[in-house]
Amino acid sequence: MREITYAQAICEALDEEMARDENVILLGEDVGIIGGNFKTSVGLYKKYGEWRVKDTPISESGFTGLALGAAITGLRPVVEIMFSDFMAVCFDQIINQIAKIRYMSGGQVKVPLTIRTPIGGGRSSAAQHSQSLQALVAHIPGLKVVLPSTAEEAKGLLKTAIREDNPVVFMEHKMEYNKKYLVPEGEYTIPFGKARIAREGSDITIVATSSMVMKSLDAAKELEKDGIETEIIDIRTIVPLDKETIVKSVIKTGKLLIVDEGHIRCGIGAEIAMSVLDDVFYDLDLPIQRMGTENVPLPFSPALEFPLIPDAKKIYQKVKQMM
Amino acid sequence: MNVQGYEKRQLLEFYSTMYKIRKFEEEVFELYKQGLMPGLAHTYVGEEAIATGACNAIEKGKDYVASTHRGHGHLIASGADLSKMMAEILGKKTGYCKGKGGSMHVVSLENNILGANGIVGGGIPLATGAAYTSKLKNTGQVTLSFFGDAATNQGTFHESLNMAAAWKLPVVYIIENNQFGISVSIKRVTAIKDLAERAKAYGMPGVVVDGNNVIEVYEKVKEAVELARKGEGPTLIECKTYRFRGHHVGDPGIEYRLQEEIEEWKAKCPIKRLKEALINNSIATEDDIKNIERDVDKQIEEAVEFAKQSPYPEPSEAFEDLFV
Repeated sequence: MREITYAQAICEALDEEMARDENVILLGEDVGIIGGNFKTSVGLYKKYGEWRVKDTPISESGFTGLALGAAITGLRPVVEIMFSDFMAVCFDQIINQIAKIRYMSGGQVKVPLTIRTPIGGGRSSAAQHSQSLQALVAHIPGLKVVLPSTAEEAKGLLKTAIREDNPVVFMEHKMEYNKKYLVPEGEYTIPFGKARIAREGSDITIVATSSMVMKSLDAAKELEKDGIETEIIDIRTIVPLDKETIVKSVIKTGKLLIVDEGHIRCGIGAEIAMSVLDDVFYDLDLPIQRMGTENVPLPFSPALEFPLIPDAKKIYQKVKQMM
Repeated sequence: MNVQGYEKRQLLEFYSTMYKIRKFEEEVFELYKQGLMPGLAHTYVGEEAIATGACNAIEKGKDYVASTHRGHGHLIASGADLSKMMAEILGKKTGYCKGKGGSMHVVSLENNILGANGIVGGGIPLATGAAYTSKLKNTGQVTLSFFGDAATNQGTFHESLNMAAAWKLPVVYIIENNQFGISVSIKRVTAIKDLAERAKAYGMPGVVVDGNNVIEVYEKVKEAVELARKGEGPTLIECKTYRFRGHHVGDPGIEYRLQEEIEEWKAKCPIKRLKEALINNSIATEDDIKNIERDVDKQIEEAVEFAKQSPYPEPSEAFEDLFV
């Protein structure tokens, strides 16, 4: 293990996969010469050349659709959409083209395509650069949806995403990019559809996505002082969903809280709750609870923004209420 | 129509393909009227010269074709299997897409046809991406990207042509200007007369072609394909044409068009024009033409029969082919 940032871990995954397979290409806005808006592709342009690391015009529909054409004709593209908010600019390509072409063609084509895009608020980026749109993409059949938590998770899951022959929306948390984490040396991958128990506990189960895993871990430290043992499940992938790990944990603890940074309404929390409810209903001590960002656009001022997004303190308070 | 310098075999091939598309589409219309076709289909009647001329200007099976919602002609001209096409259009298990795509989404990877597309302009970036692969891998392949006049007002048209020109991608963009986006005349929503003029803004050649003249389409597309193959980048070709029928099989197409205009274009029928040229230049006799038509009629009949006799997919098959 050594300490590197989340952004460096992403960069390593890209580098390793590009070295391993010459069909892997990276394209998007500013991914080349400057190594990405969040420095997730530093040095790759120099190493692999301008055709494999392509700086695109600001044309999200154009280059995302171009990546689909490249994917079905033999390349294995990784597209970077600079903010997940910008997916809205190319939703036809994601929803109607990328997610559908294999199915519509009766399985004639494979779509080895990864869309990487950062989610998350917390940096005063206001309403068009702060959204966590995982529920929107998870709603569409034909897309796999990945939400890594730590740098270690991000690297291993991204390598799996790139090797997938299916379209993957890989959602990185922009507040994590500069944080340092312990990451294993050498090659490893992390499979989809297999949740990770980030902390074992017997009193309550928290299912968390992305950076909410770390916020839940922070809350758990405080809860421990109060004698509450929290089990935290890092769900890793929303599609496919590892129901089994959640169900097993909730049967043990009798309490379930789901924490995801997307808006609460029609969100990941609702989906996970209903996915497991039939299997855990008679084991629950109280109704399933969920936390997410309040149902308003994210405002600019930190005074307005922070109160809307779940954090360790709010998770702590929520768990206390559930006890 | 100048057919000088062409071999009889090739000209008859053009005729056979155009007639095949016409006959196929007429059968599709019949099946719709009989209630045998689920949903709708967009027929290519009147526009046959474009697919025929263009798809004969590439290396079939090596080069790529990206099609549109009005895509039957591109498939037939690329050599797709009529039975599998017809079965798909009827929603049968034996269709190209096992009944999951239907008329608007026929894909035939074995013919390098990357798919018809239900979204106007949705397939232009995809075609551009296929050309990106060819460029990166240096395969010498060229992609034909078909779309209608209405698609040129979509953002994907602008974004794709801009990238293709900037990066000199081996792709030929072909506007099938049938002059209407459903019911709206292109003249009512676009100020320029020739859509090919837009090529200049992207830094690529723009060419206007009589889309009802198969020879002219073939020659202009061939020139563009050669440029693309040499690494000199994309071309935008506008083929002026007209759809004889409505937007889809359920649209009579008369509310928004003048009868005289329809008749005027029917007089410029691309199939009739080639037939006249063949006979006037003593390249083929009426009998030669009849023989071709008889042969095609039989193929279409067999395709319809195959499609009708084929089973529907089982409901459980709806859950297959989502992921690899």
